[in-house]
Amino acid sequence: MIEVRNLVKNYGPHKAVRGISFTVEPGKIYGFLGPNGAGKSTTMNIITGTLAATSGTVTVNGHDVYAEPLAAKRCIGYLPEIPPLYPDMTPEEYLTFVGRAKGLSGAALAGQIETALERTGTGAVRRRLIKNLSKGYKQRVGIAQAMLGDPEIIILDEPTVGLDPLQIIEIRDLIKSLGKTHTVILSSHILSEVSEVCDRVIIIAHGRVVASDSLDALRERYTSECTLELQFACPEEETKELAAVLSRLADSLTETTEDAKLTKLFLSYNGKRDIRSAVYAEVKKSGLPLLAMIPHVKTLEDIFLDLTGGENGEEDGTAAPAAPERTEETTGEPEKDKDGGDDYKPLFG
Amino acid sequence: MGSVYKKELRSYFCNMQGAIFAAFLLLIAGIMTVLYNFKGLYPNFEYALSDTGFIFLLIVPIVTMRIFSEEKRAKTDQLLYSLPLKVTDVVFGKYLAAVTVFLVPVGVMALYPLILSLYGKVNFAASYGAVFGFILLGCALLAIGMFISTLTESQVIAAVISFGTLLLLYLMNALTSLIPNTSGASLIAFSAVAVLFGLIVWGMTKDRFAGLASALLAETVLVFLYFSFKESFAGLFAKVLEKLSVFERFSGFVNGIFDLTAVVYYLSIVAFCLFLCVQSVEKKRWS
Repeated sequence: MIEVRNLVKNYGPHKAVRGISFTVEPGKIYGFLGPNGAGKSTTMNIITGTLAATSGTVTVNGHDVYAEPLAAKRCIGYLPEIPPLYPDMTPEEYLTFVGRAKGLSGAALAGQIETALERTGTGAVRRRLIKNLSKGYKQRVGIAQAMLGDPEIIILDEPTVGLDPLQIIEIRDLIKSLGKTHTVILSSHILSEVSEVCDRVIIIAHGRVVASDSLDALRERYTSECTLELQFACPEEETKELAAVLSRLADSLTETTEDAKLTKLFLSYNGKRDIRSAVYAEVKKSGLPLLAMIPHVKTLEDIFLDLTGGENGEEDGTAAPAAPERTEETTGEPEKDKDGGDDYKPLFG
Repeated sequence: MGSVYKKELRSYFCNMQGAIFAAFLLLIAGIMTVLYNFKGLYPNFEYALSDTGFIFLLIVPIVTMRIFSEEKRAKTDQLLYSLPLKVTDVVFGKYLAAVTVFLVPVGVMALYPLILSLYGKVNFAASYGAVFGFILLGCALLAIGMFISTLTESQVIAAVISFGTLLLLYLMNALTSLIPNTSGASLIAFSAVAVLFGLIVWGMTKDRFAGLASALLAETVLVFLYFSFKESFAGLFAKVLEKLSVFERFSGFVNGIFDLTAVVYYLSIVAFCLFLCVQSVEKKRWS
C-alpha cells in the first residue's frame, strides 16, 4: 500500500531522515513512534507530498509520489501536526473547500461532509467560526478534513497533542473506528497511546527505523529477557545451597549482599517459560526467610527507551542510533539500510 | 483551481481586505473624477484614471501581502500541498481571486464615463481603452505583489517589500533622469547588476563558486559587448530602466493610444511573476 524505500531528507547540513524504509499494509493502524525530532513529521510530510525528499522513493498504491503526485495524493488524507485550518471559515465551509479540492461535488460532497461531521462529532459546531472552536474541536475538524474523499490511507501527525484527557480518549476512539474502514498511520511520542490504538508500530530514532513490528511481537521479543529478584533476610552463605538449585532453573543467577540481614538473588530467564512457581517451590523447600519476590519485566516504555537510545545523536553522523533496524516483520523480507549502516552498532541481536 | 479560487474569494470578503481595497480605489477614483471631470470640466475620464494609478502603491500590498505568507505562517500551506492540487492550480486560483477582487471596484468605475456622458460628449473608446489599461496595470502589480508574498512568512514584511518595489517602479522614470548618459556610466551600472546577479545565484545555490562564476561570466559578456558596441551603450541603462517602468506604459492608454505592445508587456509581467510564484512555492518543498 505504502512503500517507503531509503528515504533521506537533509535540511542543509542537518540530516533529518537518514534512510528510512518500511512498508504499510492495508487495513491496519500503524503507530509511528519516536522521540521529538526523530524525523516523524518529516517522513509523513514526504509521504503526503508536502515535502520533497533528498533521495529515496515513496509509492502509494503503486503511484510514485514524485512522478504521479496527484494520483498518490488522492489515496491519502493527511492531518499535519498543526491542523491546517482557516480560522475565518466555519467547519462546513472548510470541509466544502477541502472536498471540492479533492474533486467532490454535488450530492457526493454533501453526503461526505455529513458523514465526516457525524463521525468526528463536529456536527454541533458546523456553523461556528473555526477560530472560536476549542483545540479538541479543531483537531476533529482536521481529522474530518482528512476523511473527506474517502481516501484509503489516513495519516495523522500527533493527533492528540495538546488535548485534555477526555478529548484524548475521544480522539483515540475515533481513530480506532477509522481503523476499521481505513489504513491509518498515526505518529506519536506517547507510547501508551500507540499501544492502545495501533496494531503495528514503526519506531524511529535519529532519522532511522529502529523497529517495525506488531506490538505483541515487539513485546514478546523484548520481554523474553525477564529477571526475577528474590530477597532473603539472611546472610549470603545460607542462600548458597538454594542458589545452586535455582541456577539450574534460570539462565543465569547473580547474588548480591547488602548486609547480614539482606541477600538478593537475581534470576534471569526467558519469559516464554515461566519459572516463578518452580522457584517458589524450591524456596519453600529450603525454608529460608523470603522477604520479597519481584519480577522485573521490560515494559514497552523500557523497550522504547532502549530502542531510541536515550542519547541525542542529532549533531553528527557518528553519535547516531544504537540499535539495528528491524523491518523484516513488516516488509516480509530482510530489508536493511546498508549504505548508512556503518555508524551504529547493534544492541539487540 | 476552482476550489482555491472560491475559497480565496470568500476570504477576501470575510476579512475586509476586499472591502478596504474597493473602498480606497473608489474613493481616489471618485475624488479624481470630481476634480478633473466635474470641477475641471474635462470630458476625459482617462485623466482621472491616470491620477488614480498611484493608489495601487497602497492597496496592492493590502491584497497581496497575505496571499501566500499567511498560509505559510498558519501552516495551512501543508494542506494545500497535500491535497490533490497542482501548484499551478493553487497559484492561478489565488491570482484569479485577487484579480476578481480588483475587478469589482473597476466595474463600478466603468460606469463613470456613462455618468459623464449625461452632461456632455465623452469619447467612450478612449475612456474604456484607459479602463482596460488600468486593469492590465493592476493585474501586473497584483502578480508582482503575489510573488513577493511567497518569499516571506510575515504579512508585514511582504507588505513593506511590495510597497517598496511598487514605489521604485512608480518613481522609475524620475530615477532614470538621474543616471548620467555616458556609455561608461552604463557599463558601471550594468556591472553592478552583474555583481547583484552573482550574489543572488550565491544566495540561492549556497555555492560561492557558482555565484562568482556567474558574476564573472555576466561581466565578461558585458565588457565584450561594451567594446564591440561602445556607442549604443550611451544611455542604455536608463533606457532599460525606462522599459521596466510598469506605470509608464499606462500613460499610452491615457493618451488614447491602444498600444498592443503594452498589452503584451503587461501580460508578460503577469506570466513571469506567476511563473516565479510557482517556482518559489516549489522551492520551499525542496529545501
